[in-house]
Amino acid sequence: MGHIKGLKCRECGREYPIEPIYVCEFCFGPLEVAYDYESIAGAISRKKIESRQQNLWRYKELLPVDGEPQAGLNSGFTPLIKADALAKVLGLDELYIKDDTVVHPTLSFKDRVVSIALTKAKEFGFDTVACASTGNLAHAVSAHGAMAGFKRFIFIPATLEASKIVASLIYGPNLIVVDGNYDEVNRLCSEVANKYRWAFVNINIRPFYAEGSKTLGFEIVEQLGWKAPDNVVVPCASGSLLTKIWKSFREFKDIGILKGLKTKVFAAQAAGCSPISTAIKNDTDAIRPVKPDTIAKSLAIGNPADGFYASRVVRETGGYAEDVTDQEIIDAIKLLAKTEGIFAETAGGVTLAATRKLIESGRLKKDGVTVICITGNGLKTQEALQGHTMKPYHINPNLASFEETLGKIKKGQ
Amino acid sequence: MAVKVRIPTPLQRLTQGQEEVEGATGTIISLVDDLDKRFPGIAERISENGKIRRFVNIYLNDEDIRFLNVEETIVKDGDEVSIVPAIAGGRQ
Repeated sequence: MGHIKGLKCRECGREYPIEPIYVCEFCFGPLEVAYDYESIAGAISRKKIESRQQNLWRYKELLPVDGEPQAGLNSGFTPLIKADALAKVLGLDELYIKDDTVVHPTLSFKDRVVSIALTKAKEFGFDTVACASTGNLAHAVSAHGAMAGFKRFIFIPATLEASKIVASLIYGPNLIVVDGNYDEVNRLCSEVANKYRWAFVNINIRPFYAEGSKTLGFEIVEQLGWKAPDNVVVPCASGSLLTKIWKSFREFKDIGILKGLKTKVFAAQAAGCSPISTAIKNDTDAIRPVKPDTIAKSLAIGNPADGFYASRVVRETGGYAEDVTDQEIIDAIKLLAKTEGIFAETAGGVTLAATRKLIESGRLKKDGVTVICITGNGLKTQEALQGHTMKPYHINPNLASFEETLGKIKKGQ
Repeated sequence: MAVKVRIPTPLQRLTQGQEEVEGATGTIISLVDDLDKRFPGIAERISENGKIRRFVNIYLNDEDIRFLNVEETIVKDGDEVSIVPAIAGGRQ
């Protein structure tokens, strides 16, 4: 395809060739893929994109691969749902849910980033892929890695929900359960990555991997009829997704696919792990690391790698941030299920609950088009809802027993 | 007593392999500039125009200087200063 120029340090601008590297040797800044937007603008158009298959590769000119896709051929292009019932509860004019609870095949947005990372890992000639994960990434690497024929090493914190562990093991990876939190797992993995020649999707493949998140933003624009929303609310763990969604809008603008762009970007975090929202609220660039304590384990990154850039995007676009308690997360998961029929994981509860608070404080305006990003499926984090749902009715297997219960239900007992 | 300064692996080439060197008392930024006199080239890797680079974390006795007085944080005799590249992906 030939639209990639190389890697470039986000801080000092030093340039590097396309290799499995992720940090600037000189100033230690993160490396990012640099594209030739002029040649991309000539190679891609709304019409061309629309003629392609409905998966995340329909935007391939803006993704950092050289050859044909080798993973994720059925991933992406999830529904953008007009959420009128939820909009009414929230008092919003026009609300959409970007529903990544149904990404193929592992039901979270991580299928997007891993599709790009594994395609790139093949291009680099790796035979083993690995990751540090809070759960969703473990599933995606396990599944896509199996399909693409990689050996897999998956490192997870021991505190993860049991159902999340099974959902990795079913694909037969080497699952390494580490006694420590995500930040400690991540630190261990960078040591492992230094020693073994493996493709760690979120370490040495990170510059490529992270670009996969842009597909979520490209899809929002296309599905809104080639328009960017007025507001977008994004959950933050490392802060990478938020940064890349904004980048996707900007790229579409730069290559002429979007005419205007005035989106405000909002960040959502759990109160028990809110280094990014705290920095935004305190109006500072400095991200103070925290020790996470929240039911939203998929967002529990206390030392967020892209926190600085995420807070800058929020500030520059005129957005804001909110953080929410465990109870607010649970209430929001229920609200989303009851109004729109979507069962989100805890991170989805964070996003919706934060949206509510942002509306209440007047930071997020009720008019205009708002999109909230729901990035993972609730079936993965059912433990979080234990004791917080309705109870089922137990009956004997006869009509009399059923009708006795039905009577009670009708009386509202 | 003097100030102990811990040097990260990627910068040890500039300190002739030493993991730990002595630093001067004063502010953090003056300590960095003083290191450069003995280990030329080290200051520009850590700082730019008098500011510590964003992906270099400096700890004074285990506290991140961004939460003290940043570049102007005062270093006294007996203090320990650690220079740690943040690296995208957390402190490593």
